[in-house]
Amino acid sequence: MNSKVYVDVMAEFTRDGQLIPKKIVWEDGHIFDIDRIKDVRRAASLRAGGCGMRYTCQIDNCEAYLYYEEDNKWFVVRK
Amino acid sequence: MKDRLILHSDCNCFYASVEMLHHPEYRNKPLAVGGDKESRHGIILTANYRAKAYGIKTGMTLGQALKHCPTLIIESPHMDEYIRFSEMTHEIYADYTDLQEPYGIDECWLDITHSVDSEEEGIRVAKEINSRIKSELGITVSIGVSFNKVLAKLGSDYKKPDAITTMLRNEFKDKAWPLPVSDLLYVGKSTANKLNSVGIRTIGDLAQTDRRLLTSFLGKLGDTLWIFANGLDDSPVVGDKSGIPVKSIGNSTTTCRDLLNNEDVRIVIFSLAESVGARLRAKGFRCRVVEISVRNNELVTYTRQRKISSATNITSEIAKEAYILFEESYKWDKPVRSIGVRGTDLVDENYSEQLELFCDYSRREKMQKTDSVIDDIRRRFGNDSIKRGLALKDEQLYQSGR
Repeated sequence: MNSKVYVDVMAEFTRDGQLIPKKIVWEDGHIFDIDRIKDVRRAASLRAGGCGMRYTCQIDNCEAYLYYEEDNKWFVVRK
Repeated sequence: MKDRLILHSDCNCFYASVEMLHHPEYRNKPLAVGGDKESRHGIILTANYRAKAYGIKTGMTLGQALKHCPTLIIESPHMDEYIRFSEMTHEIYADYTDLQEPYGIDECWLDITHSVDSEEEGIRVAKEINSRIKSELGITVSIGVSFNKVLAKLGSDYKKPDAITTMLRNEFKDKAWPLPVSDLLYVGKSTANKLNSVGIRTIGDLAQTDRRLLTSFLGKLGDTLWIFANGLDDSPVVGDKSGIPVKSIGNSTTTCRDLLNNEDVRIVIFSLAESVGARLRAKGFRCRVVEISVRNNELVTYTRQRKISSATNITSEIAKEAYILFEESYKWDKPVRSIGVRGTDLVDENYSEQLELFCDYSRREKMQKTDSVIDDIRRRFGNDSIKRGLALKDEQLYQSGR
């Protein structure tokens, strides 16, 4: 199974120009709230294949990597 | 005086690495990035290390490569993506210095002399760049650390992939001198053969050869190589090349099929000369020297040039000179794989020169006007809106040079 899952994301642009993802719509339609963003940095994902801004998100007490690619697409690395 | 601190960063198997990042399923398989399989336009551009283990080399045709490794995965190149990754590496380099000089799409010199206080700190910066490129972009680089550009490049080639090699003043003789002379910048196959023929096999041999002897043997190149081998290169890392005047304008192509006779070559040369002439005219130049480069299907390459009597930017004159150069120099012992045409020794288009007694200037003026009209038609209606009759002889071949 492909470990790169493109997802819809609801995000917020702050007045100082930050982009903060708030909710992720999973491939089955389930919506997950992002409780906290623990880290933001540019990173590559060798497992999923790709690179971009990596948001380390806390969702329901689990940690997940959410990537924002340069072509404005979001993906999650499937666990 | 404190030594300069120069890094040379080289992205390992760059195109293949970018493809492997996007296709993790290729990572443990032999992979090459090459031309279009169907039109056979081109050759293997890069191979990953697994493919290299099968003997796959840059420049092989796809057919040759598949003979070496039938399971080879061939991916067509995605240049936009490689350019994007190249730009991202430069963004990382820019965090350490504003003095960076790209050398192709995947290599770069960085002068960090004024960014660090010591060699140790320079090595730390090299390690940090290496680690950031790996974690942020998912590709690897080899970095050479030295006090000049030539030895820094030698350092980045010394150990691959994903390595840091120092070539500092107190160690470069131990590390660089035992290497084959062909590892040195500017020493191609032909120069290496010449040097080997007189017993100069290593960089150390070259360094210890009498400088004047080398100059008499290889001309100016001999002197340059002696300087390189002795660690005396002091060329600067040129950060911004935008102010440097244009020295030549050229175009080259690897054709969709090997060229088998003079007529094939003539078609490609005219096609290349079209763009060289158009670019000379667009930039307001004329050239006084026409140069060709020719590569046969065994990838043996040579260049020839000639001075022309009247500076020109007329397409047909450039093509004619280039074709004469080819006819005079090529012996047709092998088919031709790629050709380049270049105009050098540029002068302003309004440059005044001594007129020739037997030149038909009214005819030249007509040719200039024709070119100017053709440029205008192409600007308004696209490149293919007007072509030479020659193009009809082999449309695909003609397109190779576009």
